[in-house]
Amino acid sequence: MGTVKSAPGAAIVTPDGGPERPCRVLRVAGPLVEMEYAAGTAMYDVVSLGEAGLPGEVVAIKGGVVTVQAYEYTGGLAPGHSARPLGMPLAARLGPGLLGGIFDGLLRPLSGSGDWLLPGAGATGDAERRWRFTPRVTAGEPVSEGEVLGEIRGTGPVCLRALVPPGAGGAVERIAPEEEHHEDAVVAVVGGTQVRMTADWPIRRPRPVRERLSAQQPLNTGQRAIDLLFPVARGSTVAVPGGFGTGKTMLLQQIAKWCDADVIVYVGCGERGNEMADVITELAALEDPRTGGRLADRTVTIANTSNMPMMAREASIYTGATVAEYFRDMGLDVVVIADSTSRWAEALREFASRTGALPAEEGYPAGLASAIAAFYERAGAVTTLGGARGSVTVIGAVSPPGGDMTEPVTAHTERFVRCLWTLDRDLAYARHYPAVSWAGSFSRDAQILAPGYTAAGDPALSARRARAAGLLAEADRLADLVDLIGITALPDQERVSVLAGRLMREGVLQQSALSAQDSYCGADKSAALVEAVLAVVDRCRELVDAGVPAAAVEEADFGPLLRAREDAGPNDAAGVATRRDAMLAALAGLQEAA
Amino acid sequence: MTGLGEIEYTAIRELRGPLAVVEGVAGVGWDEFVRITLDSGEQRHGLVLEVDRGLAVVQVLEDTAGMDPARVRMAFAGEPLRVPVGSGWLGRVCNGRGEPIDGGPPVFGSATAAVGGNPINPVRREPPAEPVLTGVGVVDALTTLVRGQKLPVFSVAGLPHLELAAQVAAQSTAAGEAFSVVFAGMGLTHADASFVRDALEERSAAGELVLLLNTADDPVIERILTPRIALTVAEHLAFGSGRHVLVVMTDMTSYAEALREVSAARGEIPARRAYPGYLYSDLASLYERCGRIRGRPGSVTVLPVLTMPAGDITHPVPDLTGYITEGQIVLSRETHAQGVYPPVDALSSLSRLMRKGAGPGRTRPDHLDVAAQMLAALARARQVRELADLVGQAALSPADHRYLDFDEAFLRRFVHQRLDELRTLDETLDSAWQVLLTLPRSQLAMLPSALLDAHGAERG
Ligand SMILES: Nc1ncnc2c1ncn2[C@@H]1O[C@H](COP(=O)(O)OP(=O)(O)OP(=O)(O)O)[C@@H](O)[C@H]1O
Ligand SMILES: Nc1ncnc2c1ncn2[C@@H]1O[C@H](COP(=O)(O)OP(=O)(O)OP(=O)(O)O)[C@@H](O)[C@H]1O
Ligand SMILES: [Mg+2]
Repeated sequence: MGTVKSAPGAAIVTPDGGPERPCRVLRVAGPLVEMEYAAGTAMYDVVSLGEAGLPGEVVAIKGGVVTVQAYEYTGGLAPGHSARPLGMPLAARLGPGLLGGIFDGLLRPLSGSGDWLLPGAGATGDAERRWRFTPRVTAGEPVSEGEVLGEIRGTGPVCLRALVPPGAGGAVERIAPEEEHHEDAVVAVVGGTQVRMTADWPIRRPRPVRERLSAQQPLNTGQRAIDLLFPVARGSTVAVPGGFGTGKTMLLQQIAKWCDADVIVYVGCGERGNEMADVITELAALEDPRTGGRLADRTVTIANTSNMPMMAREASIYTGATVAEYFRDMGLDVVVIADSTSRWAEALREFASRTGALPAEEGYPAGLASAIAAFYERAGAVTTLGGARGSVTVIGAVSPPGGDMTEPVTAHTERFVRCLWTLDRDLAYARHYPAVSWAGSFSRDAQILAPGYTAAGDPALSARRARAAGLLAEADRLADLVDLIGITALPDQERVSVLAGRLMREGVLQQSALSAQDSYCGADKSAALVEAVLAVVDRCRELVDAGVPAAAVEEADFGPLLRAREDAGPNDAAGVATRRDAMLAALAGLQEAA
Repeated sequence: MTGLGEIEYTAIRELRGPLAVVEGVAGVGWDEFVRITLDSGEQRHGLVLEVDRGLAVVQVLEDTAGMDPARVRMAFAGEPLRVPVGSGWLGRVCNGRGEPIDGGPPVFGSATAAVGGNPINPVRREPPAEPVLTGVGVVDALTTLVRGQKLPVFSVAGLPHLELAAQVAAQSTAAGEAFSVVFAGMGLTHADASFVRDALEERSAAGELVLLLNTADDPVIERILTPRIALTVAEHLAFGSGRHVLVVMTDMTSYAEALREVSAARGEIPARRAYPGYLYSDLASLYERCGRIRGRPGSVTVLPVLTMPAGDITHPVPDLTGYITEGQIVLSRETHAQGVYPPVDALSSLSRLMRKGAGPGRTRPDHLDVAAQMLAALARARQVRELADLVGQAALSPADHRYLDFDEAFLRRFVHQRLDELRTLDETLDSAWQVLLTLPRSQLAMLPSALLDAHGAERG
């Protein structure tokens, strides 16, 4: 044997380093493989296992024995088989071909594989792809790391850049002319370093930046419950915990489709194959409202479904972060979506238990909390090495066993994220989607973003948010009381508060992903809907003050208000205002009747 | 089945629970199939769980009871367990290891396949989009089963889930296209096993059924194999010969118990309720084998049935199943107590793929509207019932009373059906309309008025 079977485009390339002779496998227990140590084997190096050249990674070295975590099914691998450390860490191959592509957890293209994924077959990329390169520097010019050398025309509307690699710099010795180049071709030579359009980067090493900035710009998700109550900044971190069927995947897919980032990296980590098929088909069919291109062309999909090899799930999270950083370094805003981080944590636990590591909480390794923290740390708004601004926002689903929010993955994740969108089982069962719990969620970005709204021409946003949140909390408090004593026992103003909570929930927060008009909601329409509900609530209070019985107000037909979100188009704030006025007029009729 | 190597090993170092540890092996790979021969001539079978230098840990499917380490020989196959595949399975009844119990010869196939299967490439998957009609009204109308879906039945001990599973297995069709059922029973009592055989006799005689039965007194560890054989056979019937295949697997709780037993014997660190930490991935490796593949006719649809110990939906088996499957059909003790069959709790049940597999061009144009209206009305009826429990029936408004009547009609006239009753989709949806029309038109806002007129909804 010799090299790992995988063509260009795959994550693992032909080695130059590593020990001279292959070593021997000593032990195989599922994804855990032990092999002999030979000089030249380093931690986190890639190992090629057995005849088939299954990829694995060194995770421990002790007393002449190297522990390897294998990324494919190890059936048939036996003690005595050869194992060859490749002398290089597990790396992702980053290049213009990523956008619109679908990859496995090691960033090997899935489109090149057959109907079934066979161990050791590796996926081969389309090495023949060519891309148009336009130089932005001239020979002789001095450049430093991270600076733009030229632009690359990808498949879609996103403008890609070839950068001076980290650590390189100096005079441009050679720069390719404007034309189509093979993806492995050298497009520039800078201070003795060859620069290609495609380059490898170790997935576990964050790409360097010049400076980390505090996040200030909002990421608009198009989901009212989020943008209104629990907004997220570009470069921030979010966890979405929720029991099964509460809508994690739907919410994350909505964000992948509609949020206003430049690039989306969607990591399906140990979830369903049919859902991945769905995402892939839908993204390919949907148009990007901002660019007019296909949504698929701003998306990199990493699919490591629950039945694919478990340890590749562990790698897929880091692969996703690395891909995101690659685009961030071009000055783009990137969102990484990981569904679900719990499956990744389970892979950590599974491997730890096979190595006999001392278990901490619920059998997870003691390093769980720091591993979660390190993953979310790869998010951030930054000044890149080249001086551009870019960001990586990380949004991770969490699937707590039995819906128990105190279990270790949920509990630790909560500590490290800036926003928490908790999905509530009762809301989901009542078909209130998205089931974001207003009592159990938080956004530490809301404060930071407030000055930005004023700058963006909507100074009232923070006030609206506070009123909406107050109204929901008050309605919840009264709901508990109503269960005990019945609605009729409440004073009239409190009955209006209960009504207000209902109007806010049904008229603003509910937003079906399946709706033709309301799947995505622009900021103006969102503001108009909240204003409409607040105006109607104010009018109801006035009516009650003026002596109209609360029961009469409750029985009014609020249909026009509640249907406004479905009836008005995604950016149709005026349409909402018309319906609000109609509603107010109808209420005025109540007063005359009284 | 799998061919076996020449070398037989006799140095058994340890026997413990379902595990046997053999010394001095060479070239034995992980996950290989093992044939174990006792001095009595009895043959058993095993799988390699771990190889460490010269030691191999073997999981014995028939258990180690009666094995004497000095009187046992083991031969390793050099490859994972393979079973014959093809239409030779149709019409056959076998035990949980795939050996005939119908008096016929061993099952032959033109090819063999490894029981572990390979993951379907997510890029090659075709999103499920057509229904499997089960002839069970409440399922077809409110939680439509879609070809390529995995939809479990969550039940509790004592409810007729086996009856429902058998009825679905006996009646399901795919719009006249070639259809087969693979029924895998795990840990069934003899009475249950013979009930299933009787209920599915016709389908078996028609050459549309593969029956694998592991009974409660069969070896427990064998259950780890049963669903894998079932799915391997199903995959080939589906993607090899273009059939739509429904795989019914019952009871997955018994399967998980077998897994737990092996895990405990290996001294693995247990997760919740002592189930192994890899239970999610293990169940996923079964359930995820369903689906459709681009450019190939045929589909694999999976209907796992499981009993929730003590009715607890947060128990690891239903919980992890819920995290993998695309919805759930929940059976309810209360409905059962009212004498209604099948006792489906429609409000807790959901088919996540239904909106893709039902409606115009799939089932009937009014289907999705009818289902949505039915569920909304049921939710309201449940609130009214809770209110009635609190304040008494007398205090209810006339509109509220209509909902109580609706609820009653829903259970008696819509859900309730005979064990051998096959309802066509038209019959099902027409009876859904009749039940909905017990409500005044003002309460049917989710239905388009043209449809309401056509069905003669009462005015006002
Ligand atoms: N925003 C939404 N709009 C409309 N329907 C929704 C929405 N969110 C969830 N649903 C409904 O709930 C179902 C389950 O949602 P989803 O698959 O997102 O759950 P999940 O939390 O990812 O579950 P799991 O943990 O099992 O993966 C969907 O199939 C859909 O019917
Ligand atoms: N390897 C494991 N994987 C997953 N869950 C586990 C594992 N080990 C234990 N658990 C589960 O975690 C929970 C608590 O674990 P554990 O018994 O280790 O807690 P503890 O720290 O000893 O708590 P206490 O102080 O209550 O004794 C239990 O539900 C247990 O079943
Ligand atoms: Mg999900």
